[in-house]
Parts: sequence; C-alpha cells; structure tokens
Amino acid sequence: MYVAVKGGERAIDNAHRLLASDRRGDTDIPEISTNQIAGQLKLAVARVMAEGSLYDPEVAALAIKQARGDLIEAIFLARAYRTTLPRFGYSRPIETSEMAVERRISATYKDLPGGQILGPTFDYTHRLIDFGLAGDAVPEPPAENAAGLEPAPHVTRLLNDEGLIEQNATRSDAPPRDLTREPLAFPAGRDLRLQNLARGDEGFLLGLAYSTQRGFGGSHPFVGEIRIGEVEVEFFAEELGFAVTLGRVQLTECEMVNQFKGSASEPPQFTRGYGLVFGQSERKAMSMALVDRALRAEEFGQDVTAPAQDQEFVLSHSDNVQATGFVEHLKLPHYVDFQAELGLVRRMRALHAAARADEPDEAPPEEADEPVEDREAAE
Amino acid sequence: MTIDDQPLLSARGISKMYGQHVGCTDVSFDLFAGEVLAVVGESGSGKSTLLSVLSTRLEPTGGAVSYRMRDGTMRDVFALNEAERRLLMRTDWGFVHQDAREGLRMGISAGGNVGERLMAVGSRHYGEIRSTALDWLGRVEIDLTRVDDAPKTFSGGMRQRLQIARNLVTQPRLVFMDEPTGGLDVSVQARLLDLLRGLVADLGLAVIIVTHDLAVARLLSHRIMVMRAGRVIETGLTDQVLDDPREPYTQLLVSSVLQV
Amino acid sequence: MSTTATATTPYNYAYLDEQTKRMIRRAILKAIAIPGYQVPFASREMPMPYGWGTGGVQVTASIIGPTDTLKVIDQGSDDTTNAVSIRKFFQKTAAVAVTTSTSAATIIQTRHRIPETPLTAGQVLVFQVPTPEPLRFLEPRETETRKMHALAEYGLMHVKLYEDIAKHGRIAKTYDYPTMVAGRYLMAPSPTPKFDNPKMHRSPALQLFGAGREKRIYAVPPHTDVVSLDFDDYPFEVNKFDRPCALCGAENVYLDEVILDDRGGRMFVCSDTDHCETRRAEGHRGEILGQEETRA
Repeated sequence: MYVAVKGGERAIDNAHRLLASDRRGDTDIPEISTNQIAGQLKLAVARVMAEGSLYDPEVAALAIKQARGDLIEAIFLARAYRTTLPRFGYSRPIETSEMAVERRISATYKDLPGGQILGPTFDYTHRLIDFGLAGDAVPEPPAENAAGLEPAPHVTRLLNDEGLIEQNATRSDAPPRDLTREPLAFPAGRDLRLQNLARGDEGFLLGLAYSTQRGFGGSHPFVGEIRIGEVEVEFFAEELGFAVTLGRVQLTECEMVNQFKGSASEPPQFTRGYGLVFGQSERKAMSMALVDRALRAEEFGQDVTAPAQDQEFVLSHSDNVQATGFVEHLKLPHYVDFQAELGLVRRMRALHAAARADEPDEAPPEEADEPVEDREAAE
Repeated sequence: MTIDDQPLLSARGISKMYGQHVGCTDVSFDLFAGEVLAVVGESGSGKSTLLSVLSTRLEPTGGAVSYRMRDGTMRDVFALNEAERRLLMRTDWGFVHQDAREGLRMGISAGGNVGERLMAVGSRHYGEIRSTALDWLGRVEIDLTRVDDAPKTFSGGMRQRLQIARNLVTQPRLVFMDEPTGGLDVSVQARLLDLLRGLVADLGLAVIIVTHDLAVARLLSHRIMVMRAGRVIETGLTDQVLDDPREPYTQLLVSSVLQV
Repeated sequence: MSTTATATTPYNYAYLDEQTKRMIRRAILKAIAIPGYQVPFASREMPMPYGWGTGGVQVTASIIGPTDTLKVIDQGSDDTTNAVSIRKFFQKTAAVAVTTSTSAATIIQTRHRIPETPLTAGQVLVFQVPTPEPLRFLEPRETETRKMHALAEYGLMHVKLYEDIAKHGRIAKTYDYPTMVAGRYLMAPSPTPKFDNPKMHRSPALQLFGAGREKRIYAVPPHTDVVSLDFDDYPFEVNKFDRPCALCGAENVYLDEVILDDRGGRMFVCSDTDHCETRRAEGHRGEILGQEETRA
C-alpha cells in the first residue's frame, strides 16, 4: 500500500550524519588539521580564496576540510560566509609594483631590471610521481636568494616609456563598481569584467583562453610579466584622516602584451590583457589576462566573433557557484512538470496513432518525425 | 499640392564615413509612392552603404532621411524613437536581403515566418493568420503543402520568395532590396524577377533596389542612380540612362555588361 | 523586526543583514509598482545552491518577521527534501512558526505549484524562479530581451505558439506557460504547471517571484490580471486529469502519478499534500483508500 512520502526531514538528518562520518573517514587515522591544509595544500587554499573572493587562508582551509576536498563546494562555503560579513569600505588600490616578489618572469625580455626569479614553480619539473613523497621525506632547505630585493618595475612600464603600448586607464577616485553589490548589466565596463573574471572558474577561463589561442578570437599574446608575492593592503580611515595597513596578501599578477595591427580609430600598438588573483595561481591569472583582452575586442574596433570575445556569454557563465547550483538543481524533484509533459506526450501519441490508423495500408513510409517538442532546459 | 505630390522618402546630403574611408557621400534624391529606384554600381561603389543608411540600419555621418508616415507627416527617420522605428520597419517597410538567411527565421515554418509580422502587430486568430500566410505563399508561388516546413529545407529561390512574402504580408509601402537575385541560378533569377515585377506593379510598391546587375535594373526600375566611389555620378529614367549614358563610367558599365 | 542575532545562530535575524533586506524590499516595492516587470537586484550568495531557491529564500527573508507563519512547499508537498531544508533554515535563522496548512500560513514559499486551497487577502506567495525571462529560450541575450520588454515586442512568443499548433495541433507548453501581466509585461509564472495559471489571475494574495542566480525580482500585486497567452481560436486550456485523486477523491486538482509496481500498476494522487490530508481528515475517501478500508 502506498504511503504518502513522509519523513523527508528524518531522511535529510540521516544523510547529513552519514556525510559527517564519511568526511571523517577511518577514525584510526589522525584527523587532518586546517593547519596542514593551509600549509601543505597551499594552491588549493589559494584557489578557494580566489574564486571564493575572500582572502582568509584559515576559512579557506576549513572550507576545504568541510567540503572533503571538493574545491567548488569549498568555494561555495567561502562565498556564503563572505556574504554575511560586514562591509566597512574599500581598500586603497594595491601597488603591485611594490610587491615583495617571490617569483617574477617575463617572456618578452631576456633580462630586465629586477631580474627573472623562478621561485617555487612546477615549470621544468619532470612530472614523475615521486614515490619518496609517500613517506615522511624532509626536503633540502631552499637556497638563499640575494635577488628579489632589487626593485622590479613592471615590464609594461618599459614599453610604455617608448609609447609602444596602450596607456593604462588613469586611476580614478570614483568608488569601484562591485558586482556582488549590484546586479551585472550589459555592456559591463572593464572594472566589472575583471572582477567577474577574478572570481570566475579557473577551468572555464582556461578553456576560453585556450580557445583564443586556437583561432576563436586570436589575440597574439606574449607574457609581458607574471609576478607572485605579497603586497600591503591599506585602508583609508576617514576618522583618522590617513591610511592604515590592514595586512599583506599574496597575489599573482599577469600582464599579457598583445600585438595589435591597428584599426580605423587606433594606431598599431601593443595592447594589454590583465589578470590578478589571490594566492599563487599562474594558470588562472594568465587565463584571465587572455580573456580580458579578448573581451576588449569591441574597444579596439575588432569584430566580436568568438565566444571568448562575447561578454554576455563569458560573464554570464563564468561563476562556478552559480553554474554548479543550476546544473545540480536538476536533481531536485521535477515530478509536477514531468507529469504535465507525460500527459502531453500521451495525448500526442494517441493522436499520432489515430492518424496512422486512418491511413491506407499502402501509404508510403513517412519521413522521420521531428522531436515532439523543442527541448527546453528543465527547471 | 496633394499628399501624393509629396515624396514618400526624401534623402538630403547623405554621407557615411568609415574612419578616413568614404562609404558614400552627398547623396540626395526623392522617391515617390509606387516608384522603383535602382541603385547600381560596382562592388565598393557605396550602394550597399547607402541602402543601410536609408533603411536606418546604419547611422549616417551627415545628411538627413525623411519619410512620409501613414498619417501623412514627414518624419526624420533618425529622430524616431526605437519603438517607432521598429514598428515602421515591420509594418510600412520591408527589407529583402541578398542572403535569405538574414531575413528569415530558418528554424521556423514558412507559415510562421510569414505570420510573424501579423502577430507582432496584434493578430491573435490562428486560423486567420494561417490563411493569410497560405494566401501569400500562393502569391509567391510556393507549394502550399510546404507551409509547415522550415526554410532550411527550401531551395535558394524558394527562400527568396518566402522572404518576399514575409515582407509583404503587412502591405508595406516601401521595400528595400539588396541584390535580391544575387547568388541564384540564371533561370531561378528570371522567375524571381518576373514575380517581383508583377507584385510591385499590383501592389503599387515603392522600391529601392541595390544591384550590380544592370539587367535587373532595366527590368524592374523606373529610375536609376549610378554610383562610383561613394558618389552618385549619373541619375535619370532607367531607359534613358541605359540607352544613352552620359558619363564615361556609365558608358563603360553599360557596354561591358548590358546585353538585354 | 529584530536586528540582533537570535539565540540559535550567530547570524542576523533571517540570515540576511538589514541593509541587504532593505535593498531587497526596495526591489520588491518597485516590482509591485510595475506588475510583471523584472527588477534587477543585487542577489546575495546564500548558503544553499543557486537553482535551489536562493531567490525565493531572499525574498522570504526580507519580508518575514517573528509574527509570521511560514509554509514551504516543493512540487506541492511540504515534505519533499528541499522544502524541508528551506523550512528548517527559517526555523533556525528566523525563529518563525511553521505550518503545512495553506490557510494558516501568512507566507508560503513554493517551488513549482500553487496550493489548491484558494489564497486570501493578506497572504504572500513567494515563488522560486530558475529562469525569470519568458523569452530566454527564444532569445538568449539579456540585452535583446530587455529591449523586447521595453518595447512590448512579444510577437516572437506568439510565433512559438503558432509553431506548436501548426506542428502538434495544440500549444505544446505544459508548464512555465507564458502569461501577460496587467496587459503590459510578458511574465514567466515559474515552472508551475499551466494548471495553476488561472489561480494567479486576480488573486487576492500578493505574489512575489525571486530569481537568485539571475538576480531578478518580479511581482503580481493582488487583484491583477494574469492572462495566459493563446489564440482566439485556440484558447488556453489547463491540464486535465480523467480521474479523481485515488486517496481523497478530489476532482479538478493537479495529480501526481505514482508507480505502484513494475507491472504498469499506477495511481494518481493529489500533488498538494496538505489539500489531500485535509480532505481525508474531513472523511473524503478515494478509490484506493476506500478499497483498503473495506478490506480491513
């Protein structure tokens, strides 16, 4: 006998208990600490901070632990926490030219003021599983580095001096636009686009950036510079009348230099694509810079033909918290809508069968019917 | 002076620059109701730019285009608001593209394509929309059994005829045509031209047709404008210009291609 | 309304901070002033996923107070997992009384249904909306659809309905059936079955629609016209069921199909569980329950 489905509440509670115990796993194995995550899974923490749009390594590490290593889930947790935090104001613009550089490379100049500093990079490692890491291997202490103290001016500034690259927009005192405080409207200015990209999904941006290299909106890019390191964040306190330092954040900045042959309105010159993300994430910063440049097509009088150049397409689909929510909501019950569709398909099948029955037997076979209804996304 | 003595469309000093490059410059003319004007010239002569400006698809760099609305008032078409402009474009104007794909919804049935303009202006009776669509399919010689088929299954000539029906269903007074026979086989072209000539005469349409094909101009138009490097270099009655061209360039055009 | 944290959580009353609530209330007021118009709002990140009711939850959080009584349904049922989860969220963050009774609720948050029991003046029905733009599947670009709304250019929607009739002999849209609100704005009723569309027309209750991911709020004020699109000769029709509810015997209600076994056995029961239970408590018996009782 059918019993109306009751006990949804108990089922949910039980599922959550199972989740908690599954997260912990075998209790004979010591529990992972958030310190361990923050200290040894730094790049995962960086990604959660970047896409979670919240610079807090402890919260990010805890989110990763709670999410059982699912980074998009952890990003979601960080975002939901961030949205409840009180907002006191906006920091002063950070000075990446004064960054305490841990890594800094340029693909456009062999040597340059401040030098090329490789820093902690996977580049040039052989991707061989290191079975020694399975045990408690203690690495050699890092070599002492005298460089990195020398000031490292931005590469694009060197080009700027020659007038070979477009001028950066002048700094404005207007409060920055913020897409977490106002809904995004199209066309969106570059400030909002950059904010959207900085929060955007690394994989999505990587795919878009890759597509521009494969001819879907060519951009002829060079890595002017990638730099990673800490910068100071300052806040101008009205009450005090001066700026106070809030702390330091680690950033990855990428300045992409793109060849541009000129258009009716613009002279031939190098143009810029910009990427800036929390933590160490070159892949994300580079992808962001390529997509930023692609999204500027219209500004330079280029035709918008490729997905990466189409701001409505890019900006509307870059957020992985939105995307995962909506894709995964298909798990929710849809039986009311499905019932409506069942009824329709049954009626139309009956009509179809009746029409068939009316036809003479020797009627020529019909062409394949089109699908019953243009499929719309289930909602 | 009665209303019919006033032009339907009036262009004054139209120019369109693309940066330093001249699209078209200093074009002025009047078009009267029921009149067919052909704009001819080689590719790059500015004729398509001119058509885009006249039909408000492109904003001119200078000059003005005015149009006599159904209520008799002359209005600057670039001063119309977006709602008025869109209404004008889907009721009193038509636009026949060279590539029918630009003028049709390729995934929507022929009936839906013709019916769209009717629904856009408020028709809400399925049976009437459908019978009007069928009537128009008949007038453009499309087999009525194809009414529920999408134009992606149609031949090039059929698509072009469908595009014409879709434009004419709201009984516009002015239709812009951009190389309507371009890209079609010669025999298909002839049939389409014949059909167009009949419809234009029956409905008393005013037409501005852009073509590089002087034979098309000869067959359809009353008047002709010859363009070169963005300027109108010669204008007059079609027979006069084609039989007795004054400008050396027009003479060259006529002698090199015109064998009607 | 309290601005301090409740005892059970470190968060503000009903989760959202008061500034955010004010911002959302302004959007709601604007939506009520322009019935059917989609008001953009700065949708917040919520602790439940996008597509799972974040819009509805933000609307409810902005209007709820300690004296309210909340009902949450999903697919017509108070007991489906997502309805339970949202109800618990408000119990926890807003310390609000909850109910499954349609008539006892002051706020009803819903996904995909409108209760069978007619709503009354003073009640608020909050819809969770995944895709607020009724033209979205005809025109994917927001810039273009906003222009279409501004100019009331809705011919394309009728072309879609025309195509349905030409191909299938009827309008093949069974849920999220487009409506015209107050004769001006084309509106998506959210993916409720079209069976529920007539309930929206001139309802004495206030109907609010929240789309979190798409950052839109819209509204149908009480006693406002909500007309389902159709043709004069193909008038709008609701989904029909050729039998009553197997449990409570109700006619003219929306039914869910329940598979009983793997031999094709099935029965049809009320989708609105509160309605069904109320009727059974009043002594109504459908085919299956009748049999069970006779046998017992």
